[in-house]
Amino acid sequence: MTNKNVRLMQGNEACLEGAIAAGMRFFAGYPITPSTEIAEGASEKLPKVGGKFIQMEDEIGSMAAVIGASLAGEKAMTATSGPGMSLKQENIGYASLTEVPCVIVNVQRGGPSTGLPTSPAQGDIMQTRWGAHGDHPVIALYPASVSEIYTVTVTAFNLAEKYRVPVILLLDEVIGHMRERVELPDKEELQIIDRAKPTVRPEEYLPYKADPNGGIPEMPAFGEGYRYHVTGLIHGESGFPSNNPEVTAKLLDRLMKKIENNIDDIIRYQEEGTKDCEIILLAYGSTARSAKSAADMAREQGIQVGLFRPITIWPFPEKRIKEIAQKAKTIIVPEMNLGQYRLVVERVAAGKCRIVGLNRADGEIITPEDILDKIKGEL
Amino acid sequence: MTSKLVENYFRMDKLPHIWCPGCGHGILTRAAIKAIDELKLDKDKVCIVSGIGCSSRAPGYLDFNTLHTTHGRALAFATGLKHANPELEIIVVTGDGDCSAIGGNHLIHAARRNIDITTVVYNNNIYGMTGGQYSPTTPTGDKGTTAPYGNIDKGFDICSLAQAAGATYTARATAYHAKLLIELIKNGILNKGFSVIDAVSVCPTYYGRRNKKGDSVRMMEWLKEHAVNVKAAAKLPKEKLEGKFIIGELHRNPQPEYTDEYGKIVESLKRG
Repeated sequence: MTNKNVRLMQGNEACLEGAIAAGMRFFAGYPITPSTEIAEGASEKLPKVGGKFIQMEDEIGSMAAVIGASLAGEKAMTATSGPGMSLKQENIGYASLTEVPCVIVNVQRGGPSTGLPTSPAQGDIMQTRWGAHGDHPVIALYPASVSEIYTVTVTAFNLAEKYRVPVILLLDEVIGHMRERVELPDKEELQIIDRAKPTVRPEEYLPYKADPNGGIPEMPAFGEGYRYHVTGLIHGESGFPSNNPEVTAKLLDRLMKKIENNIDDIIRYQEEGTKDCEIILLAYGSTARSAKSAADMAREQGIQVGLFRPITIWPFPEKRIKEIAQKAKTIIVPEMNLGQYRLVVERVAAGKCRIVGLNRADGEIITPEDILDKIKGEL
Repeated sequence: MTSKLVENYFRMDKLPHIWCPGCGHGILTRAAIKAIDELKLDKDKVCIVSGIGCSSRAPGYLDFNTLHTTHGRALAFATGLKHANPELEIIVVTGDGDCSAIGGNHLIHAARRNIDITTVVYNNNIYGMTGGQYSPTTPTGDKGTTAPYGNIDKGFDICSLAQAAGATYTARATAYHAKLLIELIKNGILNKGFSVIDAVSVCPTYYGRRNKKGDSVRMMEWLKEHAVNVKAAAKLPKEKLEGKFIIGELHRNPQPEYTDEYGKIVESLKRG
């Protein structure tokens, strides 16, 4: 047996390696704990593979530069945390409306404000969904191990390119900084998706005319002869501003539907024992690892506990969680915040089963023992 | 009848523009396309990037790759475009508030990097799009809707600011001095590095009316009467320059350009 691609890697390093494997060739960032290793790695590795790195003057500028680079045809990424994520919201909204593919990594830390810079937290769940103003679609992915960070980063780029959206990759500080064994897939094993380019002549091209099947417009790079207009104002198919209510409604509807209509392709989750257990743990990221250990410990003690782990946290895996809730007696939602994801679980599962949270936002992780105690309390 | 120049570079179906009667921005926009035309730039490679405000609506009317971004961020978007593809010719159209207030940080850092971007500041001394609030270039004592008793802030000299931050070409002209403006924009584009052209405009609707500056023609006359060419200014005693402003090429100091320097790193890594 050959283990040619097995490495010991830090989570943030796996994120960068996954991004480069996905074709990321532009990184703009600003130093911030606990995400800085991603920028440091990008500054070293990108010029070696013909890519570009730039340290911008602030988080707002780095998000802007990422969008500019993506319009120039590159797969582009930034990485940040807490306060930096707050600053990026302005241009994340811009990328949503203008449908410019990009990936934003948020290695979460304790908040609000400067908060706990070196401590883990999962407090940005709702900001991820609604951080930018106005109705807009979002795809957010949440890996739970170093090796999954690698593969999910590739997925993040694929979804960004396919659906022309900013994709937010949420990491936990503890996984971003943890070192684990990673088996890197061979290049041939990785599915890489690139944005669709127009096939029509420039004079026929309408930058926001959606492909009738998928709802995703085709996107040439600036410099390729299409000379189109991109604006953060509401725009029609031509890309030019409009304040016509019908044009507005049509655009917002398409932006939301391009995600809704492809939900099965976008939603990813892992589950075990969710069909026949009365108690289900619903957890993501590092907390899902504690939940998994807790479920194993419970089983050893004769208590059957299921586990549902969303990898796509937004859009919310509503359909499957509804199904699970029909059969379960209790869903326990442990999370390192004061109950953000539980609110959404309640929205779809209330009345079907009992929903309880297990929360802490004090910079400490939730341990398997904490969860086991909660399980026993629910028996 | 429209001119050949306008027909060649404007998206004719997007006209008429939204600017007020008497606004100087049309003259500035014509100067920019005239400069592009005289330099025979490839339309497919030219990107016009703007922020938010009256100035920033210009790209929508122009037949290039055009990017209307968020308020103040044009230079940061432009930096991403240029760094990702240095073959693109990037011209940023911005306003006094857009580039020196909300976008001030991006301005000084684009200048510091000396990245090959030409910035044309449509400077009308006011926030026009939002209805006439005072900006970083509203003269001290003048009024705006948010300075009803007169502005107590000191104004920015955008060229001095950019020069101090590292811009390798700075110049100033006005909507009245349109021919000079064309030459300065051309020189800015030709400068391999970060160039700033402070293009002084007139806003009769919001700035002029509130400050009793007269109509557009009177405001243009004021520009003519108060602008002193940098060469003439060099020979004049200080007291003769009181209340005047300097136009012409203000600073030229070629330095290594950002994307060139990055390219050298890439090349050195290839050689190992």
